[in-house]
Amino acid sequence: MSAEIQVRVNGKSYETQVEPRLLLVDYLRDVLGLTGTHVGCETSICGACTVLLDGKAVKSCTVLAVQASGSEVTTIEGLSALAPANGNGLHPVQEGFWEKHGLQCGFCTPGMILASVELLRTNASPSQTEIRHALSGNLCRCTGYQHIVQAVEYAAKKMKSRKR
Amino acid sequence: MPAATRYLGKPLKRKEDPRLIQGLAHYVDDIVLPGLHHVAILRSPYAHAQIRSVDVSKAQAAPGVVLALTGADIRGSIGAVPCAAQIPDMKAAPRPVLAHDRVRFVGEGVAVVVATDRYAARDALDLIEVEYEPLTPVVNPEKAIEKGSPVLFDGHKDNIAYRWELEGGDLKAAFKKADKVIKQRIVNQRLIPTAMETRGVVAEYKPGERQLTVWSSTQIPHLLRTQIAAMLDVPEHSVRVITPEVGGGFGSKLNVYAEEALAGYLAMRLGKPVKWIETRRENFQATIHGRDQIDDVEVAFKRDGTILGLRIHVIADLGAYYQLLTPLIPTLTGLMASGCYKIPAIRTEITGVLTNKMATDAYRGAGRPEATYLVERTVDLVAAELKKDPAEVRRKNFPKLEDFPYATPTGVIYDSANYPRSLDLALKLSGYKKLRQEQAKARKQGRCVGIGLSTYVEICAMGPSSAMPAGGWESATVRVEPSGMVNIMTGASPHGQGQETSFAQLGAEILGLEPGDVNVIHGDTSIVPYGIGTFGSRATAVGGTAVYKSLMKLREKLAALAGFLIGEDPGKLVFADMKIFSKAQPKKSIPFGEVVAAAYTAKKLPPNMEPGLDATTFFEPTNFTFPFGAHVCVVEIDTETGDVKLLKYVAVDDCGNVLNPLLVDGQVHGGIVQAFGQAMLEEAVYDEQGQLITGELMDYAIPRAADMPWMETDRTVTPSPVNPLGVKGVGEAGTIGATPALANAVADALSVFGVRHVDMPFKRERIWKLMQRVRAPLGARQNKGSRRSK
Repeated sequence: MSAEIQVRVNGKSYETQVEPRLLLVDYLRDVLGLTGTHVGCETSICGACTVLLDGKAVKSCTVLAVQASGSEVTTIEGLSALAPANGNGLHPVQEGFWEKHGLQCGFCTPGMILASVELLRTNASPSQTEIRHALSGNLCRCTGYQHIVQAVEYAAKKMKSRKR
Repeated sequence: MPAATRYLGKPLKRKEDPRLIQGLAHYVDDIVLPGLHHVAILRSPYAHAQIRSVDVSKAQAAPGVVLALTGADIRGSIGAVPCAAQIPDMKAAPRPVLAHDRVRFVGEGVAVVVATDRYAARDALDLIEVEYEPLTPVVNPEKAIEKGSPVLFDGHKDNIAYRWELEGGDLKAAFKKADKVIKQRIVNQRLIPTAMETRGVVAEYKPGERQLTVWSSTQIPHLLRTQIAAMLDVPEHSVRVITPEVGGGFGSKLNVYAEEALAGYLAMRLGKPVKWIETRRENFQATIHGRDQIDDVEVAFKRDGTILGLRIHVIADLGAYYQLLTPLIPTLTGLMASGCYKIPAIRTEITGVLTNKMATDAYRGAGRPEATYLVERTVDLVAAELKKDPAEVRRKNFPKLEDFPYATPTGVIYDSANYPRSLDLALKLSGYKKLRQEQAKARKQGRCVGIGLSTYVEICAMGPSSAMPAGGWESATVRVEPSGMVNIMTGASPHGQGQETSFAQLGAEILGLEPGDVNVIHGDTSIVPYGIGTFGSRATAVGGTAVYKSLMKLREKLAALAGFLIGEDPGKLVFADMKIFSKAQPKKSIPFGEVVAAAYTAKKLPPNMEPGLDATTFFEPTNFTFPFGAHVCVVEIDTETGDVKLLKYVAVDDCGNVLNPLLVDGQVHGGIVQAFGQAMLEEAVYDEQGQLITGELMDYAIPRAADMPWMETDRTVTPSPVNPLGVKGVGEAGTIGATPALANAVADALSVFGVRHVDMPFKRERIWKLMQRVRAPLGARQNKGSRRSK
């Protein structure tokens, strides 16, 4: 049994026959070869698989590929295209994670970055408490979160100054 | 450490980050090979059972399946899972790669399927029929060593894996002289390391070249290569291990696992590349666990707070089989039982116990957090008993500065320290006096506030080879390539710690280049000389020193060549700004690249100088290093709900000299939060049937961003005399120093309820029940820590 899906990923359109049970994360990774999205738990707890589905952060390990049909998906590989041009090809959130040492092993990072993008879309100047709350669906075992909080603050500042 | 510090000690942002923040890095599961097949493993749902039969015929016939095998099918083809630790009179507990006659923990592999895709492989597992005859599970380690307990291994008379003891000083005299003696049971619960990336293996065999390549998410690529070759009985030079990006380890990947050899075997048998990616459930069931000790402590002390002696009995739950270092880990607790104190007499007895659970092994700190926890809790118990300030009792028992290097009664020699300095700084930063005043005020208002202290020492930079099962040195090759670009090949295999950056800083500093000119290569046994790996806070202190020594060898050769070319004494040359020049006459200078080119074109070399620029060092440290520090924290307990809230955290750590403070802060933060996890949330729970009931992230909570307050960190710097960089290591400081600080804060808070000790994790239900129990009759003032909350 298979179903046809039409989905735009990082600005490119795809039409694919998939098994109805195929998870969105496996579609992105195994079918499209976009391996920047990671699988950490398969139960939507850890957030490593976070992508943007029509602009909203979702955990792609608990979304079926067929549910994404007709939608626009942004993964870590396509994130820089969403940001204003800044010379280094990085989205301000990516830049923040680099500047503030917001990652160590890097496995949670793509999901953490996309969850941060979602936060800054809805709240341009979040407090530290708001950042911590917004990222509570994304687990990191390395950093202790403190540098991640600073990375998001850095990005918020940067994005505001660009808008001016 | 060199005096010049253009890059060393500077917070350079990491070189490894651009690929990681753009999704361009490759972890094991990101590796795709033509014709790749997928492996899934059927695991035992029973903790203890005899296997009557395994039928894989239906699985073998399922769509997409190319091979289905039972434990019996591969018996004799793959060697047992190796254990490198040897303790005298230790009983054997060999683990077959797949069980063939008896299963001994939930999650033990019994059959394997290889299929054309991941979904088909997992589907086929459901078609395998296994007939088990359940046996009585052995779950509680204290009951496991009682007479009449079922025994895990035929041929063993009981479940005692080994007994180990270490005594130093005159313990009898210490207890005789004591004004007081306190006893306390202190439980260090079982934890699940939970690296965000689970384990995974890709294996490919090329029969023509007789070359087996294994990509594995491991902390020890070279040791793994040796062991895979032995398990598969193939020559070691036929095996190449590549460690791609590793998504966290924390000790859980400092091991050799059944699946690593199994994947290699399947690739060789099928002639097709295979991939096995662990699910999170498998990661919880079948990747090593940590801690799991019941520690009975007896402390002898004087009225003034002087500690005279410690008697410790440890029951260490080792699980069903030994992994690489399983039996060794608890002995580190014995080694570090003196803490950062001058305790004249200490005796530690360890009983290692086999139970029907996953093996315990090295988890961030590995035996030392257990030691620090029991010592630091004990010091607080002494302070509470004497109604003295815990800071003062600590200060009273610190060795004096002139005691260093300080030899403990447990037989280790602390390299260098200044314990009062780190304690003073932590007290000052936290405003300790004021905190105590505020606490007194809060208590009057009926609020339950606790202040916790911990002063710790850890044993790091593992270590001298005499103390390490597989050697404790580390290798580094530095090669200046013909273009002048530098490659550093390190046997340490970092996985998030940032050595691609800190070693590049070292290279740039010593050769007068930019960090961008220096590339760090690790984790490929065909490229990097044999190495030991990254664990035990050793990558910088041992691996970094090997890098430093190789750099210095090259610098010497480059200086000799440059001096020859520009007519200057090589001893009077400076390396900076990509030039080599005379210190006295800076105009007498030659570009770095020109000297390098001269070394390779070899037209004009000094007599007896070989062409090329390549240096290798195998650095053997003379001792461990002993980082230390002082942590202070404040908690408040909601007396209605038992909820423990961390309000303040101050950490002062001393890891010797620092190559990159940003990386050190990151290690400290991460360690403190993992300690918070142990203190407040985490506990691997097996039920009476040996079922792991915290088998997913849904049931095993690790800390989230919102759990933590802002952590204030600072450092003192006491260089280590053990290596020329003066570095000590910092990877495990957080889990070692922070856990007791948090526990001491909770105990301090609960002291108003007459509670002396409570075991971790401090979950609401446990704290709430405790408050209910002791609140009613306030006479019941002694709480003996119970192993499990009831």
